[in-house]
Amino acid sequence: MKAKSKAKMPKKKSNLLWLTIVFSIISVIYVLPVFFVALNSFKVNTFVKTQTFAWPKGESFAGFDNFVTGVTFGGYPFWKSVLFSLVITLLSTFLIIFFTSMAAWYISRVNSIFCKIVYFACVFSMVIPFQMVQFTLSRTADTLKLNTPWTIPVIYLGFGAGLAVFMFTGFVKSIPLEIEEAAAIDGCGPFKTYFSVVLPMLKPTIVSVAILEIMWVWNDYLLPYLVLDKTQYRTIPIHIQYLKGSYGTVDLGATMALIFMSIIPVIVFYLTCQKHIIKGVAAGAVKG
Amino acid sequence: MKKKKKKAYSHSSVNSRLLRRPIERAGWFFLMPMVAAFLIGFIWPFLQGMFLSFCKFTTTSEWDWVGFKNYARAFKDSQFLYSFGYTALWTVVSVILINVLAFTVAYALTQSLKGTNIFRTVFFMPNLIGGIVLGYIWNMIFNGILSYFNTDILRETKYGFWGLIILMCWQQIGYMMIIYIAGLQSIPEDMMEAAKIDGASGWKTLTRITIPNVMPSITICMFLSITNGFKLFDQNLALTGGQPFTINPDTGSAVHTTEMIALNIYNTFTESGQFAKGTAQAKAVLFFILVASIGLMQLKATRDKEVQQ
Repeated sequence: MKAKSKAKMPKKKSNLLWLTIVFSIISVIYVLPVFFVALNSFKVNTFVKTQTFAWPKGESFAGFDNFVTGVTFGGYPFWKSVLFSLVITLLSTFLIIFFTSMAAWYISRVNSIFCKIVYFACVFSMVIPFQMVQFTLSRTADTLKLNTPWTIPVIYLGFGAGLAVFMFTGFVKSIPLEIEEAAAIDGCGPFKTYFSVVLPMLKPTIVSVAILEIMWVWNDYLLPYLVLDKTQYRTIPIHIQYLKGSYGTVDLGATMALIFMSIIPVIVFYLTCQKHIIKGVAAGAVKG
Repeated sequence: MKKKKKKAYSHSSVNSRLLRRPIERAGWFFLMPMVAAFLIGFIWPFLQGMFLSFCKFTTTSEWDWVGFKNYARAFKDSQFLYSFGYTALWTVVSVILINVLAFTVAYALTQSLKGTNIFRTVFFMPNLIGGIVLGYIWNMIFNGILSYFNTDILRETKYGFWGLIILMCWQQIGYMMIIYIAGLQSIPEDMMEAAKIDGASGWKTLTRITIPNVMPSITICMFLSITNGFKLFDQNLALTGGQPFTINPDTGSAVHTTEMIALNIYNTFTESGQFAKGTAQAKAVLFFILVASIGLMQLKATRDKEVQQ
């Protein structure tokens, strides 16, 4: 047996080397689109379309001109879009985690008929396409003045509650009840039990839910587009769509510079917490 | 085993008055904020949307009941039917391609390869980029390639179709790969060893042991890619926005040849005309029924699998 596996070893290794080389090539091809965005953000507009894959040099090299025009492109400062995107993403994620984890705990501990109805409605909401509520939701948001970056997180909490409640409930159910009973006997009320006993145990699920919500809200286009007052507030996706949508001839170089600037933070974020991100996505997918 | 445990806990949670009563009394704090937001952000718009699909309206406050006329109009809308067929065809092609490629990549990456982590990181990366941005990145790349042939992506339907397929493969393979890897890693090692000792070939091991064991992952990925396909909006809008437009010789009306169903509903909402919004809402309800039934089928399929385990 030992001899057999030893004899097989060299053959397998060369096989894998071959695979490694293939995957290295595919990986390089995979990164190319992002690389070309970077490349074209340094190119003069007219050359982006005709010499997309050429190195910017001589007359096609624009230096940082595209970035300079990019930040005030379309009469709307880019830093504002970044700021609004950040505010909306962070606030929404915080609200969703804070409120849905509590609700999930309540639902699985109290387990009354009302809880079951709420839980069922949450699961149901997960399969609803946004088009179903796009018109009525934007009107409701207008009426209730939920159309600013500071109030739109309430909408995200409502529309995005389904998946979060589902994931939290699944985890809360696996926490042994004895821990909370011990806390109750020691004199903890529901508030203390939740915040100092249950919440710390929820940490892994909190990370998973946070990752999923951040990825969703940061990249979401249609919901903020329909809800926000676009003359004042544009998130990054809305801003980019505006540039392409509203002008006949678009400054492609500047657009690429903008796209490049909006991708960099995302990639940095990804590389710093990729372990959590991949784990969170796997957890969310298996459950949702 | 796991299932049994879970049941025991949830059962005792109902009976444990020590915990239940005080928590119940604090419901205004724990449950109500989320329920209130859920009512505003989902329940109310959903019910209102259901109701308005039977009405003629331009704002939510002024409506006239018209019964099923909106639905009749939706079914007579040739663009809607075209978009539905186009979306279905596109979804079938993309589901097959994405899943076959993602499974292949996942299978290769679980063969104790060097640099697996780097490859995984690279393949997942496009998922972090939003649909609108993805659309414009690929729009630039396709136009760059097609410019060698003196054409661009908005000239022909097939460019838009395959362009969107390539874009979505680029984005989704990494995502599905993660799910497949999780499935592949959960196959018991001794099962593989037993197959090796029994002299099973690589192909036999794959078809008789690996694939049956990752069936739950395959179900999840299939359903995810199907719903993603039908719900696709941002990428469609940013890559081609429904162009090129052609004229249907029979009716004389314009056909948006790469307009998928979600984009069609969105466009119908923005049309002027007193019936436009009602028709759009009726289309949205039909769309919801379609997507929801796929989703519920998935829930059922995964739950059946859970019982078996």
